Amino acid sequence: MSDLLFARTQMAMSLAFHIIFAVVGIGMPALMVIAEWRWLTSRDPIMLELAKRWAKGTAIMFAVGAVSGTVLSFELGLLWPTFMEHAGGIIGMPFSLEGLAFFTEAIFLGIYLYAWKRISPRAHLAAGVVVAVSGALSGAFVVCANAWMNAPAGFAVVNGVITNVDPIAAMFNKAAPSQVLHMTLAAFAATGFAVAGVHAFALLRGTPHRAFHRAALQIALSVGLPAAIVQPLSGDFSARSVAERQPIKLAAMEGHLKTGPAAFVIGGWPNAETLEHTGAIEIPGAISLLLHGDPNAVVQGLDAVPAEDRPPVAIVHLAFQIMVGCGTLMAALSVWGAVRWRRRRRSIGRALPDDRHFLKAVLLAAPLGFIALEAGWTVTEVGRQPWVIQGFMRTADAVTPMPGLVVPFTLFTLLYIGLAIAVVFLLWRQILKTGVTGTPIGMTGEMPIPRLTPRPGLTAQHERH
Amino acid sequence: MNDTEFALTLPHVVAGTMVLSLNAYVVLGGADFGGGVWDLFARGTHRDEQRSSIAEAIGPIWEANHVWLILVVVLLFTCFPAAYSHLSTELHVPITVMLVGIVLRGSAFTFRTYDSTHDKVQRRWGRIFSVASLLTPVVLGVCLGTVASGGIPMRAIADLGALTFADRFITPWATSPFAWAVGLLTLVLFAFLAASYLTVEARSLPVREIFRRRALQTQGLLLTLAMLTLVVARVENPLLFTGLTSGATALGMHAVTALSAATSLWALATRRYLWARSAAAAQASFILWGWAWTQFPWLLPPNRTITSLAAPEISLQLTLGALAVGTVILLPSFVYLFRIFKKEGTVFEQDR
Ligand code: HDD
Ligand code: HEM
Ligand code: HEM
Repeated sequence: MSDLLFARTQMAMSLAFHIIFAVVGIGMPALMVIAEWRWLTSRDPIMLELAKRWAKGTAIMFAVGAVSGTVLSFELGLLWPTFMEHAGGIIGMPFSLEGLAFFTEAIFLGIYLYAWKRISPRAHLAAGVVVAVSGALSGAFVVCANAWMNAPAGFAVVNGVITNVDPIAAMFNKAAPSQVLHMTLAAFAATGFAVAGVHAFALLRGTPHRAFHRAALQIALSVGLPAAIVQPLSGDFSARSVAERQPIKLAAMEGHLKTGPAAFVIGGWPNAETLEHTGAIEIPGAISLLLHGDPNAVVQGLDAVPAEDRPPVAIVHLAFQIMVGCGTLMAALSVWGAVRWRRRRRSIGRALPDDRHFLKAVLLAAPLGFIALEAGWTVTEVGRQPWVIQGFMRTADAVTPMPGLVVPFTLFTLLYIGLAIAVVFLLWRQILKTGVTGTPIGMTGEMPIPRLTPRPGLTAQHERH
Repeated sequence: MNDTEFALTLPHVVAGTMVLSLNAYVVLGGADFGGGVWDLFARGTHRDEQRSSIAEAIGPIWEANHVWLILVVVLLFTCFPAAYSHLSTELHVPITVMLVGIVLRGSAFTFRTYDSTHDKVQRRWGRIFSVASLLTPVVLGVCLGTVASGGIPMRAIADLGALTFADRFITPWATSPFAWAVGLLTLVLFAFLAASYLTVEARSLPVREIFRRRALQTQGLLLTLAMLTLVVARVENPLLFTGLTSGATALGMHAVTALSAATSLWALATRRYLWARSAAAAQASFILWGWAWTQFPWLLPPNRTITSLAAPEISLQLTLGALAVGTVILLPSFVYLFRIFKKEGTVFEQDR
């Protein structure tokens, strides 16, 4: 592989790794806060237990999110110095705001995790709300920066020199609204489904703590289901935005190879050279109809640009199909769940559907959100190729002159594999295992570090200050 | 500093903010690294107690402390994109090593904390955490030292072709005694900070005594290394040495640093721990600002100034605006965080 390819793969791997923890960092605080709020309103000890257990998981995920994010903020320069040299001053604004959001998030997460007994219950809940809000904001900011790479704005190029920089216009570029909305929904849908899957698994296996897992399942579903139902609509909004700003990316996504009325292509393998599909099912005119309300409307195909300006169509098309497939399944399950939820509420008063069929479906759907997430980013990033800044800078021109990139690539691959194994091992050992079998409710105490009993004589004294 | 004619401009304000942020990272995050070093060297009957005092002091705050570094990086690539791009190209190798250290330190610490069973696995996390805490500051210092000594000048594209891989990416930092002296200095400084803070936060008198001794020892080592660094600078880079030692401001910086060091020694000797903590933080800050002052107005010595590398005015203005708004939110939040967790620090009366 060439250095460029190693750089791209390293970037893709780092982001694919970070995004998982980032998404959990957006979704989990919401679950945690809902549980704690239910504890404060109902005084149901199960809810407190739930909030604490979820907080423990969040702490582990957050730490890995923080360190992998730190790697990214250096990697942008380590791998793409030319890109950053030109883009830094233009899109630094959302990154700076993101930095501030991290700060807020890290501060209040520290408070949330360690100060259960040190501050009032309301202050504690408020700290959780701040974590949830700043997590969602940091995600939104960084996606604005990414959207700018898809829809560059806020600068002019005169004789090869960048002038008229307008960071605000750059931040609020044309791709930002659809990407931010879609990403935020994805975070809630993916986390909600994954957490629901864990607790559905516990219920299916049979557990002495049914009430605990039912409560958890209910909260997780109440976050995941609505997001998954809205997600296809938001995806449609995204697709329209792509059609406007990056028609060739859209062509690659849909596997629309030749300019003309666009069919909806399901499955198959597009051949980039012959511009033919093998083994696909086509619904003629469907994409033209979706985009323009006319099955005969002409849509640009991959052949509209020279071969060196085309993204790798097969990957983009496949990834897009995976995302849409997962999204459709998740939305269908959500509608089914919501309908049954309402029915049961009317007939037997117990809202949450918990028969084995439903639980099994929830268990099977658990990874779908994260699969769709990774697939969606592949669509966005690979679909932008060969550009790093759409229409302005090619990825090949942005890469570092440093040779031998195979070394850092190998190093980080090993590091991430190690981290991934460690996280799975820990979550399994600490949370799932104890949650599914042993450990009676009420045993999760204070977070491990803070002193459980204040040193005698000291606290009383300084209280006077 | 040299006396070229000069006006304070927006880029200088941003650069000052970056040093301030680096200052916060050194004083807060640096001590977290130092804690890891003391975890590694914990010995004797009070070993576990030392370790738990350290973990307790770091636990709730290290993630917030760590964001100061991210802030420096974000400010660098937003406001001085060309400098960011240059540094991350030329220092690719040490920065990568530092990143691995940062990743291992943070994740191993968290894994150890939440892996509640006390067994071999947990001890292994502890080992990774403490070794990473030892190595990362050295590499951070090497990077800063290389920049300060002008080891990685901006070059014309034509000159780059003539350089071998080692000439360009290895030699500038790997073979500079000054850079490694700064690396060691950074490590000892962080360890000294941690020991000084831990005298306040220790759980029991014997442990406090241990950290008091450690603080005194590292202070001695720190002063020796500082001298050594000056000597190395003198031999390796006379221009840098002149910057470090001449002019009223440079000498003034040395004076206040020495004063803080003396205060710290006095406070440690007389067991005035709160004083020791503040003096240590002051000493570290003065060392950092001393370096910043020497380097001023150069961002990348020897040939690029702060102003020449700055992003467009508007980017700087907006970033500073965002920072100002952020400060209004963050400063009270930080005070709140530290008040919740560092309150017990007020053990002063008890000790007198
Ligand atoms: C839970 C995750 C998830 C689910 C269920 C879906 N998506 Fe998605 N999608 C993402 C997660 C995601 C993402 C990973 O978050 C992306 C990558 C960049 C972005 O803004 O969102 C994305 C990007 C993305 C894009 C490209 C946006 C761009 O380049 O700006 C389109 C057109 C769609 N999606 C469309 C859909 C459709 C029609 C779906 C319906 C079924 C769908 N997505 C379900
Ligand atoms: C779509 C992509 C991204 C999203 C949605 C996202 C979102 C987030 C979120 C929510 C966090 C909070 C930490 C957590 O909860 O785990 C986080 C952490 C972080 N991210 Fe990302 N991020 C993305 C990409 C990036 C990129 C490209 C960078 C590099 C410039 C980056 C840098 C960071 C840093 C430095 C942290 C750590 C902050 C801390 O210490 O608290 N992220 N990210
Ligand atoms: C978090 C979710 C993300 C994922 C999974 C992701 C995935 C990828 C992939 C697969 C590539 C390689 C594309 C190729 O070479 O074919 C890539 C490249 C890149 N991405 Fe992303 N990306 C994400 C978000 C971001 C964000 C938020 C930014 C910056 C703000 C970003 C900046 C880049 C850059 C600079 C490159 C290298 C240049 C290029 O290949 O175009 N990415 N990413």
